[in-house]
Amino acid sequence: MSVAYPAVFAALLFSVGVYGVLARRNAILVLMSAELMLNAVNINLVAFDMWLRDVLHGGQVLALFTIVIAAAEIGLGLAIVLLLFRDRGNIDVDRQDVLRESDLEAR
Amino acid sequence: MTAAEIVFTALGVVALGAGVCTVTTKQLVHAALWLVVSFGAVAGMYLVLTAEFVAWVQVLIYVGAIVVLLLFGIMLTRAPVGPSEGLNSRNRFAALLVAGSTAVVLVTLLWRGFRDARIELEPGGGSGDALGAAIFRQWVLPFEVLSVLLLAALVGAIVLSKSRADRGSRTPKEG
Amino acid sequence: MTVLAAQAIALPFLGALFGLLLGPWTTRRLAEVGLRASVPPVASVPPTEAPGSEAHVEAEPDVTGEAVPPEGRAAPGFAPGGGARGALGPVLYAVLPTVLTAGLTIVIGLGAWLDPGVRTAALTTIPTGGPDITVGLSVDGLAALLGVLVGLVALAVQVYSVAYMRDEPRYSSYAAFVSLFTAAMLLVVYASDLLVLYVGWEVMGICSYFLVGHHWEERTGSRAAVKAFLVTRVGDAGLLLGIIVLGLGAGSFDIATVLAKAPDLPSGTVLAAALLVLCGVAGKSALFPLHTWLPDAMAGPTPISALIHAATMVAAGVYLVARLYDVFLAAPAALAVLGLMAAVSMLGSACAALAQVDLKRVLAYSTISQLAVMAAGLAVGAKSAAMFHLVTHGAFKALLFLAAGCVIHAVGSNLLADMGGLAKAMPYTFGAMTIGYLALAGVPPTSGFFSKDAVLEHVQDTALRGGDLPGWASWAVYVSLLVTIALTAAYSTRAWLLTFLGPAREAHEAPGLMRWPVLLLAGVTLVLGFAGLGSAELRPHVAPAAMSLLFTVAGAAAVYYAWRDDPAKDPALRLGVLRRPFERAFYVDELYDRTIVGPVRLLARAVKGIDTHAVDGAVEASVPVTRFAGRLARLPQNGNPQTYLTGLLAGAVFLVLAVVALT
Repeated sequence: MSVAYPAVFAALLFSVGVYGVLARRNAILVLMSAELMLNAVNINLVAFDMWLRDVLHGGQVLALFTIVIAAAEIGLGLAIVLLLFRDRGNIDVDRQDVLRESDLEAR
Repeated sequence: MTAAEIVFTALGVVALGAGVCTVTTKQLVHAALWLVVSFGAVAGMYLVLTAEFVAWVQVLIYVGAIVVLLLFGIMLTRAPVGPSEGLNSRNRFAALLVAGSTAVVLVTLLWRGFRDARIELEPGGGSGDALGAAIFRQWVLPFEVLSVLLLAALVGAIVLSKSRADRGSRTPKEG
Repeated sequence: MTVLAAQAIALPFLGALFGLLLGPWTTRRLAEVGLRASVPPVASVPPTEAPGSEAHVEAEPDVTGEAVPPEGRAAPGFAPGGGARGALGPVLYAVLPTVLTAGLTIVIGLGAWLDPGVRTAALTTIPTGGPDITVGLSVDGLAALLGVLVGLVALAVQVYSVAYMRDEPRYSSYAAFVSLFTAAMLLVVYASDLLVLYVGWEVMGICSYFLVGHHWEERTGSRAAVKAFLVTRVGDAGLLLGIIVLGLGAGSFDIATVLAKAPDLPSGTVLAAALLVLCGVAGKSALFPLHTWLPDAMAGPTPISALIHAATMVAAGVYLVARLYDVFLAAPAALAVLGLMAAVSMLGSACAALAQVDLKRVLAYSTISQLAVMAAGLAVGAKSAAMFHLVTHGAFKALLFLAAGCVIHAVGSNLLADMGGLAKAMPYTFGAMTIGYLALAGVPPTSGFFSKDAVLEHVQDTALRGGDLPGWASWAVYVSLLVTIALTAAYSTRAWLLTFLGPAREAHEAPGLMRWPVLLLAGVTLVLGFAGLGSAELRPHVAPAAMSLLFTVAGAAAVYYAWRDDPAKDPALRLGVLRRPFERAFYVDELYDRTIVGPVRLLARAVKGIDTHAVDGAVEASVPVTRFAGRLARLPQNGNPQTYLTGLLAGAVFLVLAVVALT
C-alpha cells in the first residue's frame, strides 16, 4: 500500500479541520474541528510508524498519547467553554473580542 | 490498486465526508454524531494499517468518551436541538481559502514526496502485545508524565467549572 | 589729539546710552531736588517704577497728566506728560554731551589748523588671520574740518530739537538716536581703519532708519524709513566688498597703508575696489542710481532732515571719496563714472527741485544736486574745493532746513501752497532763510558763492585744458554744472518767493531755542566763505565767477518775472508739459517700482506661496495620511480570534509555498 494514501487523506482531513476551526462560530464546534485535525495527525503517525517498521512503535505510542492528551484537552476546553457561557451568556468565538482596539467602533 | 488500498480509500472517503458534514451541518447535535462517524472511519483506517490497538483505543476514547463529553457540553450551553442559523462566522470565505490552499499545498507535497513509498502490511505490528511491551519498556517515563498531565487536566477542569457563585458563597456553615 | 577725538566720539555715545536708560529717572531725581522750573511732571509716574518706565509715560501721557494734577499744571501752555519739555533728564543727556563734543571738535580743529599733520593712535589690533583690524583713530586737516562741521551742526540740531520736538512723546529715544548718530558720524570722520569706518557708517545708517521712521505711526514715515534703509543697504553691500577688496589687495585695512599701496596695486583690483566703494558713496550720498531714498526721507522730523539728510550723513559719502582719493586717482575710470553720476544727479535733481510742491522735498532735491556738485569737484581732482563746498553746504543746508522747520512749525504744513507772505510775520526766519537761499544760489558774499565758484573753476579748467578725466566726460560735467547753477538759482528763487512773499499771512515767530541755532548758522553761512580766501586754490577767479553769476541771475530772473505777473500762481506751472516729469523726478521711482520692486515682490509672493502650499502643505498632509494609514493598520486588530488565526495559518501556508517555490 502506498504511503500517499494515508498521507493524502490525513492532509484532507486536516484541511477540513482547519476550515471548521476558522469558519465555525460555536466554540464546541471549533473544539470538534480541532479533534478532526488531531485525528488527521494520528493517521499520519500510525501510517509512518508502519512504513518505517519502527521496533519501538514510536508512532503508534505517540498516537496513543495524542489521544489521551486530546481527551484531557477536550475536558479542559469544555470547562473553559462552560465558564465562558456562564460569564457571557454565549459561546460565539467571534464575539469574544475584548482584546480589540477599544475605540474602533467609535470611528 | 490493492484490496487494502480500496478499503482504505473507501474508509477515507467516509471519514472525509463525515468530517465535512461535521463542519458544515446546521445542527449542533448532528455535528457531534457526524463526528462519531468520522472517528469510526478513522478507526477503520487504523485497522487497515494493522494498528488494531490504536483503533480500539480510538473507538473507546474518541467515540466513547470525547463525543459524549462534547454532547454534554452542547447540552450544558443550552444549544437548540433543531437547526440553528449563525453557526458559521463571517470568516467563512477566508477560512475556505486558507483550508483550500492548505489542502492543495499538503496534498501536492505529500503526493510528490510519498508516491513511490510503500507500506508492507504485516499483521502483529500494532497488537496490544507489541504496544504494551513498547510502552511499559521504552516509553514508561512519558507514560507516567502523561498520567500526571491527565491528573492536572482533571483538577484544572474541576477548578474551572466551579462557578464563581459557588466559590463566593462558601460560608463557615459549609466549611 | 586722538584722545580728544576718542572723547568726542564717546561722549555722545554715552549720552545716548544714559538718555535712553536713565532719562526719566534723572527727570524725577531733578524734580525731587526742586529743579522743575519749567518742567512739568514726569513726577506723576510713581517713583517706585524702574528707570525704563519711559514706555509707560509714552503710552498715556494725557491720562497721567490729568490723573494727578501737579503744581506745574497751573502754568499755561505746558504739554502734559512726555515731550522734551516734560523730560529734563533726556534733554540734559542730549545737549550736554553734544556741547562738550562740539567744544572738543573745535579744539581738535584749532589744533590741526595750528599744527598741521596727521596724528594716529591705535587702541588695539584685532588679529583676523588675514589683514589685521586696527581699532584706532587718526586726525588730519580734512577730518578735523569735517569734525567741526559735524559737532556744530549736531549741537545746533540738538538745541533746536528741544523746542521743535517739545510735544513729542518719544523725545527721549529721538534725542538718544541723534546723539548716537553724532558719535557714529564722528567715528566715520576720525577712523583710521576702513573697517572701523564701516562700523560707524552702518551705525549711521541704522540711526537714519530709526530717525526717518520716528513717526512710524504714519505709513509714509515707516515706508520712507524702510526705503532709505534698503536703498542705502544696496550701496553698503558694495562698499563692504570694496573695503574687502582694498584690504586684501593692500594687505591691511589701515587707511594710510591702503592709500600708500594703492598706486602699486593691479589696475583691475583698484578699479573694482573704487567702483564698489562708489556704490556705497552713491547710496549714502544719494547720487543718481541710488538717490531715490532722500526725498522720501523727508517724512522724518525736520531737524533730522537738517542733521542727517543735509549736513552730515549724506556728506559722509563725499568725505569717503576724499579720504580714499589716492585709490580713485589710481583708477581714473572710476573718477569718470563718478563724474557722470554727478552730472546726471545734479541736473536731474535740480530740475526735480524746480517743480516740487513740498518745501522739504525742494530742499531734499537741492541736497542731491549740491552733493553731486561736490562729487563733480572730486571727479575733476578738486579735492579741496569739493571739501570746501561740503563744509559750506553743510552749514547753509542745515540753516535752510532748520529755518524751513521754523516755517513748517508756524504754518503746520509742508506744502508750498499753504505758505506765502510770511516775511512780515517771521522776520528772523525770513532773514536767515534768505541768507541760506543766497548761499544755495551762490550769490556773493555768502559762503556758497566761494565754494561753488572754486568747484566751477576746476571743472572749467579740466574741460578747457584737460585733466584726469576723458574730454567728453569733463565737458558733460562742465555743461551740466553751468545749467545746474541756473536751475539752482531758479528753484531757490521760487521757493523763497512762494514761502515769504505774496499776500501777507498771520503767523508767529519761532521760539528762542529754535531761533538761535538758525541765526547762529546764518552768521556762519555769511562769513564761512571768506575762510577760503586764505588758500590760493580756493580763491575766486574773475572769469568763472562772472560766468556763474551770469547763470545765477538768468535763472533767478526768469522765475522772478514768471512770478511777478501773477504772485498767487506757482511759477512752476509755466513749465507746461515738463512740470509733471520734473515733479515726479523723471519717474525714476516708478521705474524702480516696475523693474525691481515689482519682480522682487512677485518672487516673494511666489516663495510665500511655495512655503504655505508646498512646504506647509506637505507637513499638514502628513497628518491625514498618517491617520488614514493608522486606521487601515488597526482594521485587522478587531479582537476576533478567528481572524487572527486565519492570518496565522495563511501566513504559514504562504511560508511553506515560498519555501517550496524557492527550493
